[in-house]
Amino acid sequence: MECYRLAGTGKTGALWLAVAVAWLLLGQPSVAQLAPRGVDETDRGLETFRNMMKSDPWANPGNLDVDRGAELWKAKRGKRKVSLEGCDLGKGPGVVDGAFAELPRYFADAGQVMDLESRVLWCMETVQGLDMTAFLKKPHPSGGQPVGDLGAIATYVASRSSGLTFAATLEHPREKLAVAMGEAIFNRRSGPFDFSCASCHGSQGKRIRRQGLAFLSLPEEARTVVGEWPAYRVSATHVMTLQHRLYDCFWQMRLPPLRLGSPASIALTAYLVSKANGGPISAPGLKR
Amino acid sequence: MLRVLAVACGLSASVAGGALGENGRAISERQIQRVMRQSFAGASPPWLQRLQPDATMAQCSTWHNKPPGNVADEIKAREYKSIRYPADRNFIGSWKRGEKLAQSGYGLRFTDDSAKRPNGGNCYACHQLSPQEVSFGTIGVSLKGYGKLHKTDTTAQIVYEKIYNSQSAVACSLMPRFGTNGILSIDDIRDLVAYLLDPESPVNK
Repeated sequence: MECYRLAGTGKTGALWLAVAVAWLLLGQPSVAQLAPRGVDETDRGLETFRNMMKSDPWANPGNLDVDRGAELWKAKRGKRKVSLEGCDLGKGPGVVDGAFAELPRYFADAGQVMDLESRVLWCMETVQGLDMTAFLKKPHPSGGQPVGDLGAIATYVASRSSGLTFAATLEHPREKLAVAMGEAIFNRRSGPFDFSCASCHGSQGKRIRRQGLAFLSLPEEARTVVGEWPAYRVSATHVMTLQHRLYDCFWQMRLPPLRLGSPASIALTAYLVSKANGGPISAPGLKR
Repeated sequence: MLRVLAVACGLSASVAGGALGENGRAISERQIQRVMRQSFAGASPPWLQRLQPDATMAQCSTWHNKPPGNVADEIKAREYKSIRYPADRNFIGSWKRGEKLAQSGYGLRFTDDSAKRPNGGNCYACHQLSPQEVSFGTIGVSLKGYGKLHKTDTTAQIVYEKIYNSQSAVACSLMPRFGTNGILSIDDIRDLVAYLLDPESPVNK
């Protein structure tokens, strides 16, 4: 399965699905012109489709998960039958607006650096008393399935920083350690294919199959992509969180399943955000 | 068969991954290994083994894939020794099978089963090959028309060696060591050589 393979010679369904979705949502007869004819036309067609979706904020199906996440945030759940309004995302209990823009950060109550998803998970377990054991065995949705509750809540929280820029301070010694660890893992080659993150994301202007690749160690490029996660992925028809995206990268790198909320996933996120700091947040984004 | 990666452990005392963090904080290999063990907890021993770089990967990580001359020479010499050749020294197989291998990205992921479907080479992820295929990557050089441009007596062997172990030719190449790391068989690699060099291959049309 070449999941990064977009619309090439018309063998792939992603573009056709995209055209169909755009047709249904926007009723634009001109989208028929997006049919792939060659490299440049395919790229232009995809760009047109993405711009059409972005220009209409209601066209992004990820907004359904934002709404679901907002309901879950307020719902009294778990052994303690309380909502997440007692959850401190770093700006005080219950403060959601702007909280994502300052993550990852060190949380003294948990004694560790946490990204958005690991913090929400911690609150679900600790504040609400939910048993997340079963969920953590298969935390990410398969193609066509909706993102889980944790992902929906994370999407809601991230959306409440949309329009802001990343402003994680990353000055606490533990935060600095996480960034340095993330950089080390980013550049560490291993596995039967000898891959590191930098194999694909270590230089400018490259593509894998037809998919453009961001040079994530370069702030100008990190700032253009990191703030789009969590994002609705058209090819998978669900919201994909950054934890899920990293898990997918390790899968493709022929490495074992990356645990949600694991120290490597948090370190990599801290490294990415250290590069994306100052860049815009536009979550939920919209991806191929 | 995957090369056992025990050789890497000799490097464990050194600073890994070039990871003097930008703030000057050194991350030790021991710290990385602890984080990796926690982050992939639950994986079986052979899968955990994959997280451990061998000597070449460790050197390439340290130098961010730009090793100085003496390290590059050491890597190339070591990797060249791992190359195994077809008994009949015939390096050219079937370009038609080669094309299937070049298109397929299947194999060695934790959802893949090599008993059900063979590993691919996934050449198109990084290289342009046949002009008919527009879905190609650009991490590697374009190989369009490769066989028309390279026609010496030793070309087939050089291409075979490059695919079998890319780092025997270019230290810290981003390309997988397909033969050495057990991704592709000797016959698979011969088929890919044919895909590149056979005049009938679409690569050369």
